[in-house]
Amino acid sequence: MRKLALNDEILLSVQQPARYIGNEMNAVVKDPNRVAIRFAMCFPDVYEIGMSHLGMQILYDMFNHREDVYCERVFSPWIDLDQQMRQQQIPLFALESQDPVRDFDFLGFTIQYEMCYTNILQVLDLSGIPLHAKERGEQDPLVIGGGPCAYNPEPLAPFFDLFYIGEGETQYDVLFDLYKKIRTSNKSRWDFLKEAAQIPGIYVPAFYDVSYHEDGTIASFQPNQEGIPQSVTKELVVNLDDAPYIENPIVPFIKVTQDRVVLEIQRGCIRGCRFCQAGNIYRPLREHSLEYLKKYAYQMLNRTGHEEISLSSLSSSDYTHLKELVTFLIEEFHGKGVNISLPSLRIDAFSLDVMSKVQDVKKSSLTFAPEAGTQRLRDVINKGLTEEVILKGAAEAFRGGWNRVKLYFMLGLPTETPKDIEGIALLSEKVAETFYNEVPKENRHGRVQVTASSSFFVPKPFTPFQWARMCTREEFLQRAYAVKDKFKEMKNKKSLKYIYHDADVTILEGVLARGDRKVAAVIEEAYHKGALYDSWSEYFRNEIWMQAFEDCGVDIDFYTTRERKPDELFPWDFIDAGVTKDFLLREWQNAICEKETPNCRKRCSGCGARSFGGGVCFENQN
Amino acid sequence: MKIRIKFAKEGAMKFIGHLDMMRYFQKVMRRANVDIRYSEGFSPHQIMSFAAPLGVGITSRGEYVDIEVLSTDSSAKMLQRINAAMTEGVEALSYKRLPDSAESAMAIVAAADYTLSFRKGYEPSNWDDFATGLTRFAQKDQILIMKKTKKGEKETDIRPWIYQLEILPGHLIKMRVAAGSVANLKPELVLQAYFDNQKQELAKFALLIHRDEVYANSSKDDIPVFFPLEQLGEDIE
Repeated sequence: MRKLALNDEILLSVQQPARYIGNEMNAVVKDPNRVAIRFAMCFPDVYEIGMSHLGMQILYDMFNHREDVYCERVFSPWIDLDQQMRQQQIPLFALESQDPVRDFDFLGFTIQYEMCYTNILQVLDLSGIPLHAKERGEQDPLVIGGGPCAYNPEPLAPFFDLFYIGEGETQYDVLFDLYKKIRTSNKSRWDFLKEAAQIPGIYVPAFYDVSYHEDGTIASFQPNQEGIPQSVTKELVVNLDDAPYIENPIVPFIKVTQDRVVLEIQRGCIRGCRFCQAGNIYRPLREHSLEYLKKYAYQMLNRTGHEEISLSSLSSSDYTHLKELVTFLIEEFHGKGVNISLPSLRIDAFSLDVMSKVQDVKKSSLTFAPEAGTQRLRDVINKGLTEEVILKGAAEAFRGGWNRVKLYFMLGLPTETPKDIEGIALLSEKVAETFYNEVPKENRHGRVQVTASSSFFVPKPFTPFQWARMCTREEFLQRAYAVKDKFKEMKNKKSLKYIYHDADVTILEGVLARGDRKVAAVIEEAYHKGALYDSWSEYFRNEIWMQAFEDCGVDIDFYTTRERKPDELFPWDFIDAGVTKDFLLREWQNAICEKETPNCRKRCSGCGARSFGGGVCFENQN
Repeated sequence: MKIRIKFAKEGAMKFIGHLDMMRYFQKVMRRANVDIRYSEGFSPHQIMSFAAPLGVGITSRGEYVDIEVLSTDSSAKMLQRINAAMTEGVEALSYKRLPDSAESAMAIVAAADYTLSFRKGYEPSNWDDFATGLTRFAQKDQILIMKKTKKGEKETDIRPWIYQLEILPGHLIKMRVAAGSVANLKPELVLQAYFDNQKQELAKFALLIHRDEVYANSSKDDIPVFFPLEQLGEDIE
């Protein structure tokens, strides 16, 4: 029988012991003594969140295809187990072998959102690995980070030995081969890092020095060693079909957030929404072929036994073969007890027709993401969605039997005025009105439910809004209250609901997103003061963070509300994400002029991503 | 066609709760490509029902799930297919065809066998004294305990629900107790009652519990005649 790292007493006294036992279907079993490299792959959040992440499963599958690598999974222990592990000094372990993480060669973190940063420190701490890279010795695992937050790794720089910038499929083999070479020739950790820093996409923070101007902005960012590259270019899979997808997805015992087969149909996005980091850093758009997707849809459903398959992409409606793919899925799988879920679809006749086939209309709701309340502001953010399109889509949906609509907005976008703020309520009202105009009384099953929710806008690196001033907590809340008040004036207010997100956590996200190395001390201090699971509202403790900022002498406003000059050197500027700073600046100016930029298929805007030599940039050019 | 599958749940799988085991089996059926019958309606679900939920932390070699299939291979082949789709710790032990008129396992469960032992560090200081005391206790005319009900606590006599209790070599306690919807007695409650009676405390994690078998009752009168649930079905050649 497999050994377990935790005894029965612990497992029977914590919530969801299944988070910690491994043994799931398709979890990889290897003999750790017969591999050259042991890789602990960590999603620094609770199991149910981490196991829902596609990228981790892709890399897990890919790494384990190598006979000389054993990749295992690690997640943040939940609060209840965290306490017991500290009290009883139990080292954090990987799920497959249940062996301590500190005995591994690598500890890799996929860093998906800023509010998981204290959980990264928790994982290091519970593993018994020094928090600071410079304090680690030859016996400690190499700590490597990747994922969207690695596009501004600076707030985490002291805690990581290296970062991998971009898509993991391309350079890990090179990195592993290098590691084996260094190990067999008895060279040091330092030697490995020096050679790793030459691999495209790899960033070793220790090899770069930052100096600052008196006002706190960056004066220079330079390699401090011979032969270390000046900038790091993101890695990317040029032809998606060349990359392996998940052969054997792990099937959790407990219900996780994504309890289904996830089929990634494309990467990148043609839309160019100016607030969206994913839409910029994953450029250019690259599609999978229909054959590839059909093959994996079959295989993954068979090998998991999941009862649902979901398409994944930033904007599924832009996928060239969407109709064929959806028709295939419906014909092959629907009626065999397999649900088909289609998120991120534009609401139009086609998608409504498809959805009415695969969902229970009475139970499901439709989602629109206007993001802003007026056309003017939607032009500023380049969200090419007009009121006319929204109302037309809603009308069609209401006639088709739907009566629940969700609308997503952002508050605090650059140039936002009181009119834009009120517009959120007015647009929601118009959607409700559309229902009452379109659906005759006798066909109505109760009221229409329009739920508008707003999040607060956080400017992100590698977006045209990376120069933008972020609102203060008070400004955010004032705007949310203004929306709320406006909703109360609406004629159909009983059909409308408005919810808004927390403002405190948004401010923090703003600091971490555009932070520099000075912010690292704050993260560490907050962690030592007890901050953990900050993305969970029930555990987020703002006062701890505020105290940490004060104790470290770090000014929040410098990172959030400060206006950035066009020529400011940003902490992340050493990364070449494909989109050039010139392009982003041009887009920032277009935003202020309320000028729309067409999508990649309509016209190339010269963002820079064409240099990767593939994807949408070369469509129809054979 | 009605099928009854007997299975074991051991090792780390004891930490998987009943609802998750149901989801687990649904996925196993798909992975093993079992031609299971689905319900009608907009969101069809597999026709599948379990005999008696097993508490988290308890191992078993006597679990049952009933399914309906449209077609099937031989029992041996089906066991092979299903076990190939299982994770370590769960094993299908038998796959039998039931008569069409058979009632569901859930409806006929009447008793279950359990083997209990003390976890290391929790054993009674004098095993022989304990064994004699417990055996004698189980033979009393009446064993009153406070049982939790929806309305609060109620004094209940659990003696009629203890069909058998014996001490086996190797410091094991074997008992057959009532199970199912009419009367259900958790085996640890018997030990709890004894410890209460002795004015001793039964520590929270003291017991290791294993279910050996689940039974139906074929007797119509007061004296039950128990037989394992799998006996109602026949192997498919």
